[in-house]
Amino acid sequence: MTQTAVHGTGAAEDAAPGPGPSRGTGRLRSDIGWAMMFVLPLFAGVALFYLWPIVRNLWFSFTEWGPFGDSKWVGVDNYVDLFTDATMGRAILNTFGYTAILLCGIPLAVYFASLLNRPGLRFANVFRAAFFLPYVAMPAAIAMVWRIIFNGDFGILNYALSLVGITGPSWLSTEGVALVAVGIVGVWISLGFNLIILSAGMKGIPPELYEAASLDGATRWRQFLTITVPLLTPSIFFVSVMTVISGFQLFDLLYALMGTTNPAMEKTQSVVFYFFTNIKTGDNGYAAAIGVVILVLVGVFTALQFRLQRKWVTYV
Amino acid sequence: MRRTALMAAVATSAILLTACSTSTNGGSTETADKDTTAEISYAYWDATQKDAIDQIIAEFNEEYPNITVKSDVTPYSEYFGKLQTQASSDTLPDVFWMNGPNFQLYASNDKLEPLPDAIDPADYPQALTDLYSYDGARYGAPKDYDTVAVFYNKALFDEAGVEYPTDDWTWDEFHEKAKAISDALGSQGVYGTVNGLTGGQEVYYNTILQAGGEIIADGKSGYDSPEAIRGLQFVADLIADGSAPSLEQLSDTPQNVWFVNGKSAMFWSGTWSNAELRESAIVDQIGVAPLPKDERAATVIHGLANVASKASKNKAAAEAFLTFLASERAAVIQAEAGAALPAFNGTQDAFVASAPYDLQVFLDEAENSSFPYPVSKNTAAWNKLENELLPAAFSGERPVAEVAKELAEKMNAALAEEDE
Repeated sequence: MTQTAVHGTGAAEDAAPGPGPSRGTGRLRSDIGWAMMFVLPLFAGVALFYLWPIVRNLWFSFTEWGPFGDSKWVGVDNYVDLFTDATMGRAILNTFGYTAILLCGIPLAVYFASLLNRPGLRFANVFRAAFFLPYVAMPAAIAMVWRIIFNGDFGILNYALSLVGITGPSWLSTEGVALVAVGIVGVWISLGFNLIILSAGMKGIPPELYEAASLDGATRWRQFLTITVPLLTPSIFFVSVMTVISGFQLFDLLYALMGTTNPAMEKTQSVVFYFFTNIKTGDNGYAAAIGVVILVLVGVFTALQFRLQRKWVTYV
Repeated sequence: MRRTALMAAVATSAILLTACSTSTNGGSTETADKDTTAEISYAYWDATQKDAIDQIIAEFNEEYPNITVKSDVTPYSEYFGKLQTQASSDTLPDVFWMNGPNFQLYASNDKLEPLPDAIDPADYPQALTDLYSYDGARYGAPKDYDTVAVFYNKALFDEAGVEYPTDDWTWDEFHEKAKAISDALGSQGVYGTVNGLTGGQEVYYNTILQAGGEIIADGKSGYDSPEAIRGLQFVADLIADGSAPSLEQLSDTPQNVWFVNGKSAMFWSGTWSNAELRESAIVDQIGVAPLPKDERAATVIHGLANVASKASKNKAAAEAFLTFLASERAAVIQAEAGAALPAFNGTQDAFVASAPYDLQVFLDEAENSSFPYPVSKNTAAWNKLENELLPAAFSGERPVAEVAKELAEKMNAALAEEDE
């Protein structure tokens, strides 16, 4: 259908400009026209809801806002403030820290994925569902559960620790500890998603390789290290790019687990949380500048990852 | 007559109503007719008051059957953020709750409609009328008011062998009792007192005033005065010697939860806690004492108000509803529900009778030892500074005096910016 329609129109248009030389480019031009028409609906959505807001945000980052929406141009003032703002520096470090913890979850996911993909594993689907559940569960509900687990006075974790004589801290409201606690929940949630991607990657590894290796006397562990991991690197690369992006966007877990009035928040907040704090107090211009910083950070680190992947990713 | 017929018939009655309410000058606007048809919105934040508010709307509809009031509850943490966005696009709810810290921001930016003359200032405490007046005009119809007192758990006092508080107790007595209870019952995880420290109203505004200090006076911060520092130090001392849980513990488990579950013997809180406490399992063990005094007895008094939006498209209907909200009947409904101590003079008895413990303490404090809630044109700007800086003082991380000086400096800078 489409095919004939494209050619049909192409021919009709060809007839108009006249003879000879324009024929090839005419065909091309009309093909582009059709292609544009198919892309347009999606592009319009992307432009309206993604590109335009980015442009507006860039514009806002050079303005200062009054309480009720009236804004004035202040040039690079917001950026100058931002680079001398200790809280922002701290927020960037926290974001890196949280992302680092998330990245530590990837080896864990690779290991679990290899266990789940063992041939002949019983209840494999049950395990897969169990690991994936946190990823599809409502973040707010997850946060409620973890808040109770981490509660310093009445939480299950500290109760368990007290049985072996350890007095645990208020996990979610003690400076330094809180970020790690949030990171653990983050790893726990992302494990399911990473597992699915990595499992799919493992399915693509030819079984003959394992057969050959075991004939040569390689142990399971040896097979894991020399076959599974290297051949899985494209999937691992994808998962780590996604992890870095989601780590840089940390907000909901902090908000739901720690709460806005948490005494440790000042020293634990992420860049996106700092963005939110400024929106709440009406400093929209400053918040927009923070938004630009986040965009740049994500861009730089993703580009860096793509650059570095040449060194360690094996494509078969 | 002709007007009535038109209004009932024509869908654009709103325009007519606006026209006739603006045609009369000086704030004495005409009220809506009994058969005015309109839909107005009413926004508030406290879900525990929903029953009382639904009943008020139902009774309002007996009088104005054709005015539909759509109520909208937004949690307090999001309420003013949402309101600010709505105000920016002139889509504020027709009638909504307002508090002291935010009032001047809205009034000074011309977002609020002055009160109709039908609402008589003589019906409410003067402190509240003053709180909701700006440049000589009244904008807020006082809804309720709250003072702060000490709720205590008699069973825990008995268990620890500590005498109940008296009406004229001092800081030292309070601290001794709190410490004694923490020492006696600490092994069960019980503390002597619990202090909500995420804002000043529950605890530290009161202690600053009791020490003889001010939070804000003549447009300047009072935080760097020796009295204010003494007031903050008192709060820090309670945490330092284990009389009260730390900020971390409070963040994990909020103050009301500690008290209601019998894990704290005393609890500084306001009238707003009544709705929860009178339904709680420990209701029979609760006693109420006034706040302890230092240089003087003191509590901040604050109250909410109902306000109408200047940009409302149904001004007459909004005004009718606002007038009903400000009426004695609406106050009695609220009082009976135990939801809040109503601001309408003479209706407080129903509130006092709403719980078995002695709520009269709050009224007596309001009359004898209350100080207006500290506000300025942009209160939120320095409230933010309080929340950023004071935790380090309360936790003992930094010396109180040092934090207080820094806070005063930054607060004065914020206050100076208000007048630009």
